[in-house]
Amino acid sequence: MSWKGRDVINILDFSREDLDLLFQLANRFADEDYRGNDLENRMAALLFLEPSTRTMYSFMSAVYRLGGKPITLSKTEASSIAKGETFGDTIRMFDSYSDIIIVRDRREGAAKYAADLADSPVINGGDGAHNHPTQAMIDLFTITRYRGGVDGLKVGVLGDLKYGRAAASFILGLTIYDPDTIYLISPESLKLKKEVKDYLDSVGVRYFETEDLMEVISELDVLYVTRIQKERFPDPLEYERVRGSYKIDLSTLSNAKDDLMVMHPLPRVDEISTDVDNSKYQYYFKQARNGVYLRMALLKLILGD
Amino acid sequence: MEGILVRKIKDGTVIDHIPAGMAFTVLRILGLVRSPESRLAVIVNTDSGKYGRKDIIKIENKYIEGDLLNKIALIAPHATINIIKDYEIVEKYRVDLPDKIENVVRCSNPVCITNSDREAVTPSFNVVSKSPVRLKCTYCGRYTEFDDIIKQFTEK
Repeated sequence: MSWKGRDVINILDFSREDLDLLFQLANRFADEDYRGNDLENRMAALLFLEPSTRTMYSFMSAVYRLGGKPITLSKTEASSIAKGETFGDTIRMFDSYSDIIIVRDRREGAAKYAADLADSPVINGGDGAHNHPTQAMIDLFTITRYRGGVDGLKVGVLGDLKYGRAAASFILGLTIYDPDTIYLISPESLKLKKEVKDYLDSVGVRYFETEDLMEVISELDVLYVTRIQKERFPDPLEYERVRGSYKIDLSTLSNAKDDLMVMHPLPRVDEISTDVDNSKYQYYFKQARNGVYLRMALLKLILGD
Repeated sequence: MEGILVRKIKDGTVIDHIPAGMAFTVLRILGLVRSPESRLAVIVNTDSGKYGRKDIIKIENKYIEGDLLNKIALIAPHATINIIKDYEIVEKYRVDLPDKIENVVRCSNPVCITNSDREAVTPSFNVVSKSPVRLKCTYCGRYTEFDDIIKQFTEK
């Protein structure tokens, strides 16, 4: 399917061929550290109605690098919303001001609703605990760029699999490919949502749930770490216990494969120790850098001639 | 059996094969609770060859159609609708949920965009399973299940 004019709401709306094309262009942009005028005279509305730094600024950087102009509305300055304007009306206004809308809202399904209303293409910058498709694209692109692909890999996803939208989108994105096994590593209370697990069952991907990282660490080709938030635990002692057992440092990785990729959508707090930063396992900063190139490729394919 | 309890109706609708105990919820869905104009009979916990026990509702001078049928199908997936004219059954069919439904129930996810009071967005679902019912919100992707639906239909 052509990329031109397309909405990006859910990672599962994209095929392997779609992603191949996207990653090819992102690879070229990364190799050349590309800047150009591909989006000259084009405007991108960035509506971040929930706090964001990474997603918003990497999109903004992507727009500037391609010669486009960003129009931004973030929560702190969303005066119209403070005055009581509906989300729907805000989308309609920005639809008339810009050529593409990138939107984040805490309400799940908000981006799809925006896409229902807007004539311009809409990119989901995160809707509550639901989807974060461009993060999943960045994650899959990072694995593809450094490993040549996702097929046959053993991929561990660690942390908050229940509320973490990046983790859920990444897991769904893996099913577009043919990984050997997905290891779902989380405390009991933060296990993957039934809806996502049912999808894994329906497509027949092999997965394995465990609470114990050390049980599977030596198997993994990729370890995708996510943050466990304190507010998810009614009992602070339980939080401390869980946090301790899911912290990654060089000693945790002593039994890991030599070429293990440790990834993280960032921001990290202390779930990956800084002693991993300078090790061969560290891919999370590369992943963050790839975010700009991937988002450039996305904008170019959707808005390009 | 029901002939002993309740006489036949001349014109109207008989809803048969309602799961035992669900008749009053169906009445709520139909808006027939405390409705002074409607004459109806409710038969609870009668024998049913197929399902053990069942409920039956007979409603005089009223024909059930459209979205109401989908609402009934959500909680009584095997219900049959008998249209009665001049004491005869002129039409008989089973309720059947379509693969997609709109605007019949609310999403069970409180932070779903379809539950935002001031946004004009219509709740819409893919029907994942008909019996027991499981709906998947086309906006937030979350399931809305039998218990959520019963709760919605029985709350004030």
